[in-house]
Amino acid sequence: MAATIVEKIFSRKCGKDIRAGEVVMAPLDGAMIHDITGPLAIQKFYEMGGKKVYDPERIIMLFDHQIPADSIEAASNHVYMRKFAEEQGIHNYDINEGVCHQVTIEKGRAAPGEIVVGADSHTCMYGATGAFATGIGSTDMGFALKFGALYFKVPETIRAEVSGKFQKRVGAKDLILSIAADIGADGATYKAIQFTGKTISKMDMAGRMTLCNMAIEMGAKAGIVAPDKVTWEYMKGRRKIKPFELDSDPGAKFAETRSYNVSDLEPTVAVPHNVDTGVPVSKVAGTHVDQVFIGSCTNGRFEDLEEAAEVLGKKKFNPKIRVIIIPASRDEYLRTLKAGLIEKFVKAGALVEAPCCGPCMGGAFGLIAPGEVSLSTSNRNFKGRQGSTDGKVYLCSPATAAASAITGEITDPREV
Amino acid sequence: MAAKKTVPVKKVVMDLGPKTKNMRVWKFGDDIDTDAIIPGRFLTINNPDELAKHAFEGTRDEFAKKVQEGDVIVGGRNFGCGSSREHAPLALIGAGVRVVIAKSFARIFFRNSVNVGVLPVVCPDADKIADGTKITLNIREGFIEAGERRYPIEPVPVFMQGIIDAGGLVEYAKNLREIPVCTR
Repeated sequence: MAATIVEKIFSRKCGKDIRAGEVVMAPLDGAMIHDITGPLAIQKFYEMGGKKVYDPERIIMLFDHQIPADSIEAASNHVYMRKFAEEQGIHNYDINEGVCHQVTIEKGRAAPGEIVVGADSHTCMYGATGAFATGIGSTDMGFALKFGALYFKVPETIRAEVSGKFQKRVGAKDLILSIAADIGADGATYKAIQFTGKTISKMDMAGRMTLCNMAIEMGAKAGIVAPDKVTWEYMKGRRKIKPFELDSDPGAKFAETRSYNVSDLEPTVAVPHNVDTGVPVSKVAGTHVDQVFIGSCTNGRFEDLEEAAEVLGKKKFNPKIRVIIIPASRDEYLRTLKAGLIEKFVKAGALVEAPCCGPCMGGAFGLIAPGEVSLSTSNRNFKGRQGSTDGKVYLCSPATAAASAITGEITDPREV
Repeated sequence: MAAKKTVPVKKVVMDLGPKTKNMRVWKFGDDIDTDAIIPGRFLTINNPDELAKHAFEGTRDEFAKKVQEGDVIVGGRNFGCGSSREHAPLALIGAGVRVVIAKSFARIFFRNSVNVGVLPVVCPDADKIADGTKITLNIREGFIEAGERRYPIEPVPVFMQGIIDAGGLVEYAKNLREIPVCTR
């Protein structure tokens, strides 16, 4: 019987046919915990009577939201987690590697056909590798740590078929912001979204990660791209795994199919205070900005920073605004550094920080004051997300962010 | 197992006792995100009572000051969207809120709520319930009583039932030494 890629992943794991709507206790290939939701997860693990985690090899710990520790409370949470990692023999990347989702994928901790959970809603990003990955709360994570398994209601899948060729300075972020505007903030609740079509086949891993990262912004349980040449090439050196076929069957039952053509897609900006508000950049061009943030798990990869640098060219950032650039991981930082882009950004007037979540989480640094406007390549623009609830956050691509950081107002990157 | 199989609401035995009667309504709109419920800068706190002091800070400041034990939150569509932070339902527990009623819930918040002991109740007519009114939740018969009006509520998905019956996932998991996988 024809099946979706998600149904196939659960079926492979369990060695029997499993279909959307079924509830299964599925074995986990991986679990990720970080400094914000981790302490509670550990607490819950103990409250459940946990003594030894199910399999320390499958768990990854790291700190990224509040690093280096920005308060005594954060420092204490880090200490608590370090102790747990040592006691349990869990690999802890500590504050050293960068944003959890980027690091998990880079380190080969998510691979095609696997089921991976993370105590963070943007865990859905690992779907870019062809894994089924979903964000869970701390109590569910406590359960996962103890048993190495978790209940799942296997989701139906929305097929997002993407065709066409992006215009220059338009890319994956513009696409996902426009898809979010189309599907809506709760249009994919309890469902998975499979991104497919010629445009996706040609897209690099960085772009696929951007797409899958934001599946949760439509309520989705997972975003996924079927593994192909691009995926297997990326897995080389990260994971010893033999390429195999994994995709939805032609006759699989999808919740729905939506088609998108990117050829006419404009740079897209989500306006305050929801993610599903994407409009063509021309609608908001000229809006004054106080701070521009280029980074996060959504858009902090080398490819993103390279595009920002291309837009910047030999220009300087507007000295009246604050430009914060944060590569998503140590690896991405080093690639950016070696390409000479860090120096370029610094000389142009930006602050380049060490890999972390930065202003995206609105709790560490880079907060905005009442009345201020932030333009950000991250994934959420909820009221108060980056500081004051009387501030505003607009979301955009690295290209649009860089163009706007030059002019000091929201700007079409094709015009710089 | 069938896709949409549910159990009668009367099977819900989460220990809410008299707390389901005459609950004062705090009304909210659509797409209430977990950043609004508890802003990112308070996530180093793990204690429900301390979290409650900052619930809805900046978006509805009166909530933390005036909320009382047994009050109820009534939201619109997609309640609890965004971050997976369990601090959100914990902040509500600290505030004395044990029931959240909404037209629909975001997936992670729904699951987190059940896990920690906040009962999420889906009511398609939630938007008709006014702020500040007193309502009674009749779980046994499956409706909400607001003055003269009655609004039906949806049954709890069957797979959540065991967790609700146990009083949350911690209690459910406490006595289990291992879990058979790939079974219901």
